[in-house]
Amino acid sequence: MLLIRCPYCAMERPEVEFRHAGHAHIARDTGGDDRAWAEVLYLRDNPKGVVAERWRHVAGCARYFNCLRDTVSDRILKTYKAGEPMPDVAAPSAGASR
Amino acid sequence: MGFSSATKIIGPALVKVAGVRLTIKAVDLWMRRLRFSVFNLVRQALAHNSGWPEQWRSPEPKACYDAIIVGAGGHGLATAYYMAKEHGLTNVAVLEKGWLGGGNTGRNTTILRSNYLWEESEAIYEHSLKLWEGLSQDLNYNVMYSPRGVMMLAHNTHDAQVSKRHVHANRLAGIDNEWLTPDEAKAFCPILNISKDIRYPIVGAALQRRGGTARHDAVAWGYARAASARGVDIVQNCEVTGIRRGANGAVTGVDTSRGFVGAKKIGVVAAGHTSVVMAMAGVRMPLESYPLQALVSEPVKPMMPCVVMSNTIHAYMSQSDKGELVIGAGTDAYTSYSQTGGLHIATHTLEAICELFPAVRRLRMLRNWGGIVDVTPDRSPIIGKTPVPGLFVNCGWGTGGFKATPGSGHVFAHTVATGEPHPIAAPFTLDRFRTGRLIDEAAAAAVAH
Repeated sequence: MLLIRCPYCAMERPEVEFRHAGHAHIARDTGGDDRAWAEVLYLRDNPKGVVAERWRHVAGCARYFNCLRDTVSDRILKTYKAGEPMPDVAAPSAGASR
Repeated sequence: MGFSSATKIIGPALVKVAGVRLTIKAVDLWMRRLRFSVFNLVRQALAHNSGWPEQWRSPEPKACYDAIIVGAGGHGLATAYYMAKEHGLTNVAVLEKGWLGGGNTGRNTTILRSNYLWEESEAIYEHSLKLWEGLSQDLNYNVMYSPRGVMMLAHNTHDAQVSKRHVHANRLAGIDNEWLTPDEAKAFCPILNISKDIRYPIVGAALQRRGGTARHDAVAWGYARAASARGVDIVQNCEVTGIRRGANGAVTGVDTSRGFVGAKKIGVVAAGHTSVVMAMAGVRMPLESYPLQALVSEPVKPMMPCVVMSNTIHAYMSQSDKGELVIGAGTDAYTSYSQTGGLHIATHTLEAICELFPAVRRLRMLRNWGGIVDVTPDRSPIIGKTPVPGLFVNCGWGTGGFKATPGSGHVFAHTVATGEPHPIAAPFTLDRFRTGRLIDEAAAAAVAH
């Protein structure tokens, strides 16, 4: 189980208090083109390495925030409030780039 | 048969007497082609089982092939086998970064069934189930196909309605599926707890009698052996690190940890790593990779004659021929390539198992592991062409790919060999996520199966 720091509550809380809410920083303005809309709805980078994702603290403040996590080690690098720009963090482990 | 067996006795003598390299080679060749039969089993038993040959070759990769399959799991090996058998394509390599069958093929809970809701799904899973029925004979390898019945439990009114809808849809498509009362369910699986005072009482069950299990490792080994015998090169410890494309955009081959290997056709069958491999060709996929867990108990005497699944409380169980109870849990909430899942996911499943099967409460769990499953938005697979000429993909089997192994390989072999989708595979395009023609099994089928 992950320990996740909610940036609003400023506390590390167990994963079961949260809901995963998919990839973060997806721009939803597509101009109505089918291909662009399919990209927004369905296509994902699904990276083996650092992923930017949304979590919601359902059993706490109930707010959405963003998180950078390494999908190889599951280590959380940074959580930050929705609307803030993606922090610049270096790739954390040798395994992440493989 | 008798001739090759006789060679086993005469062969070594010939080698000794003549000392001719050619004879050694000839004996070696006969050994490799040794088929499994009652006669050969007896022969090998008398020789203390010392004469069984290697089951597949381990060649160095050639400079160039007609086609390359990326991933030597069940689906990839089946693809190569049917390409050789049905389409005469034998200049084919299967490249595997680890060892053969070491990914999800060796990590699943071996359940087979075809009782899906939509016609497209029914067609491909039933195609697969029919192939399972004759697979051991076709491969000359015992995959231990056991049609012991798959029973899916209903715990409330909504479950019962959905299950009955499945039963009716399946029967319209000519696929067996029947509705059981709680008493009938208990008669079919005596260790089931059907008392009305449990947290999620059983109100009925849908039973597919032709469903069951097969031995997962044997499926990989059987396909590898049969493909290798037809000339397919299976190259293990050979990780694909790049996909090369020519000036016209078409693929020209792959960079690997063992050098460049050329091919005009590449079929990616990389399960949880499909997004990573496809990114090498610049293709983004509608996939997310999640850890999915399973567990086995200590082995006990036969106590469970069938497979039981419950989608609502997320637990399923069967008993292996070794006696272990094989239990499937759910996926984690987040995407990951870690091949381990959270303990709370497995615990949640065991709570449900203990309620459904009180007899197993004091059993200890021997092993718990995870595999990485590639999940599509509509929980149906993607089988077919990609925007890159010469590049094909077979992925998105998510939490339930094992049952589809023969059918998936069979239709994908057609797709790669002919360049056009097999009719059964035709609805499962990558393009459906643009057109909106989804095959939405997300709510209809089991979450994990």
